[in-house]
Amino acid sequence: MMETGFWHGGPKPGAFYSLPGNSSTYNDMPRKHTQQPITTGTSVLGVKFDGGIILAADMLGSYGSLARFRNISRLMKVNDQTVLGAGGDYADYQHIKDIIEQRMIDEECLDDGFTYTPKALHSWMTRVMYNRRSQFNPLWNVVVVGGIQDNEPFLGFVDKIGTAFKSDVICTGYGAYIAQPLLREAYEKNNAMSEQEAKALVDRCLKVLFYRDARSFNKYEIAIVTKDGARIEGPMSSDTNWDIATMVKGYE
Amino acid sequence: MRGLQPRNQASPNYDLSASQFSPDGRVFQVEYAMKAVENSGTAVGIRGKDGIVFAVEKLVTSKLYEPGSNKRIFHIDRHVGMAVAGLLADAKALVEVARDEASNYRSQFGNPIPIKHLADRLSNYIHAHTLYSMVRPFGVSVLLSCYEPTDGPQMYVIDPSGTSHGYWGCAIGKAKQNGKTEIEKIKMKDMTCRELIKEAAKIIYVVHDEVKDKNFELELSWVGEVSNGKHELVPKEVFAEAEKYAKDSLEESDDSEDEDM
Amino acid sequence: MKTLGHMINSRFGSHLFDLLSSCRKNFHILSKQPKISVNIGQMDTVEEYQHGGPKQAYFNPYAFNGGTVLAVAGEDFSVVASDTRLSEGFSIFTRDNPKTYNLTSNTVLGCTGFHGDALTLTKVLEARLKMYEHEHHKPMSTKAIAAMLSTILYYKRFFPYYVNNILGGLDEEGKGCVYSFDPVGSYERESFRAGGTASSMLQPLLDNQIGFKNQIGVDQTPLTKEKAIFLVKDVFTSAAERDIYTGDQLIINVITKDGTRTEYFPLRRD
Repeated sequence: MMETGFWHGGPKPGAFYSLPGNSSTYNDMPRKHTQQPITTGTSVLGVKFDGGIILAADMLGSYGSLARFRNISRLMKVNDQTVLGAGGDYADYQHIKDIIEQRMIDEECLDDGFTYTPKALHSWMTRVMYNRRSQFNPLWNVVVVGGIQDNEPFLGFVDKIGTAFKSDVICTGYGAYIAQPLLREAYEKNNAMSEQEAKALVDRCLKVLFYRDARSFNKYEIAIVTKDGARIEGPMSSDTNWDIATMVKGYE
Repeated sequence: MRGLQPRNQASPNYDLSASQFSPDGRVFQVEYAMKAVENSGTAVGIRGKDGIVFAVEKLVTSKLYEPGSNKRIFHIDRHVGMAVAGLLADAKALVEVARDEASNYRSQFGNPIPIKHLADRLSNYIHAHTLYSMVRPFGVSVLLSCYEPTDGPQMYVIDPSGTSHGYWGCAIGKAKQNGKTEIEKIKMKDMTCRELIKEAAKIIYVVHDEVKDKNFELELSWVGEVSNGKHELVPKEVFAEAEKYAKDSLEESDDSEDEDM
Repeated sequence: MKTLGHMINSRFGSHLFDLLSSCRKNFHILSKQPKISVNIGQMDTVEEYQHGGPKQAYFNPYAFNGGTVLAVAGEDFSVVASDTRLSEGFSIFTRDNPKTYNLTSNTVLGCTGFHGDALTLTKVLEARLKMYEHEHHKPMSTKAIAAMLSTILYYKRFFPYYVNNILGGLDEEGKGCVYSFDPVGSYERESFRAGGTASSMLQPLLDNQIGFKNQIGVDQTPLTKEKAIFLVKDVFTSAAERDIYTGDQLIINVITKDGTRTEYFPLRRD
């Protein structure tokens, strides 16, 4: 038997001593299982209306507290009956978007008349998010899937650990605290609002969010799905009013 | 047994491997693969000023087949179409390879694959199958069509040897000679997809051999400005119009032939 | 079984405590911290070393989405009920998310805790039930589902499904049965069990009303279906008063030899 090391526990020929606190190798470091979002998007809002659904998200990509990217889209059209919106890490969203877009192309290539439905996409998203969280390598997003299936509007939510549900009203991030009550109140008063009413409602919610959420921006897109198809509209802005701003005291 | 024949004996066995030349410089396996292509129904592709049209004569060998099965025009990516002639199973394997190439390019570069690149990759792949004794060349010729916003429409044809050429018009399969002759009569450089689709359909009807092959299904696709840069099977109305034009002009020529007699 | 169950239970209890306290730690990491002082023996107070590097939010693969489930077995029936509120922290995700899952025509599962795990677990169960049915040409018995659920849970002993399961149905003799589980698969057949956020409010009441505990000279008549449903509505109404994770709506599945009947009952929505 030939000894490979000079002595037990010593360095191999040509290698260095591994001195404490001065490790030159990364291989023996434990694999890091943590992550944090880098460039982030804030709230996504979604609500059903008579014969369709609407999603809305502003176009800011925040880099911590820096308003770094001011013209990024966080909504995507998946097909004629499905749209998707995301908050959280923007790179992870783009990754998800790329995968879905390729899946749509694969689907179109088969040309068999079959397309992914909103429910199918939502269910698939829950598996993707849950599997990634189970590998401790999450996609740091909150995803809202919307669309029409069997002539019924659909809205579904998935977060980075695979918590998922469907609901008539969905808000993520700060929207859950600020816009959700407004949307729920409006929806409970009139659950068959028109597309125009839904648009106005969402505009109002985004405006309130813009007033109060420091990571929001007054430039947004909306996604609408009706029986006539899916479309992304925007960018657009809300009319804001800062008249009372000068009267707000106590934060100087 | 053949392999055991003595070396000095005159032997016609240069066709057993794709990795061996014959003394006069031919690779028989590749030529046989081309023969396989010529047993197949004809496919024509014509490049016009705003796009490419494909027309395929899909021979139907049994009335028991479901209509519309075993199509020979494929989508490779949103902007790329492929029409094939030859062994369909081989062709489908190539289609998968091409789709993978297109998909990988997209995931790496975030853009649709340039058709030149795709044609190169695919022809290299086909050519690689003409170099080794343990593989069989593809018994397939393919037409690749594409529309790129900056470079406009382009068409490439790859044969079983792995050679690829850009074309304004080409035919592959059984009646490729007749097909090419017919295409040469067309002033495709001044024509649009809407005009060309009718001519392409007509060529398929003209070159179809009614005596040897009774039944066939026509397949038509296009890619270009007419379809917003997407490769698609032509809409129902366009198909009906093109097929009608093809049949009518065939009857006219029959009539005129009758008059001559 | 019971002893083993309790051992695992208590061990897992501390495991969950670690998880929860790690969440709390995260909270501290995220919030602005005052400099912490540590008193070491007799020596002067020493300021603990703090590095000024970037604050890191550690990834927590679990969430707690609340909710309460309850199953009661009678002579020839079972009742499995849950509320329909799905929450996280002080937010309500949705008011319409039942936590009962109809597994077969005579077995219903109540499943609360981390909703992502609940979704995954029920998907796995559905698949396994289908495989069983294809192989054996009959639906799985409640007893067999309970045993299988236990192995599925224990399979993830060291990265558990963070869920409380209570299974209700009819046994092979047609009698009502309830099985309750801890998150890592220890289980037991019982006649009634509450699980989830308000379980500590429901269980003592049920012990008293169905188990006739702490009552003297009471007429121990067998539980009727009507009494069971009545009790379920009452205990949930009470729980919704005190537990913020329980409310909105009650879904009650009544399992008899004729199948499963579902009824709804409104709860507080605040």
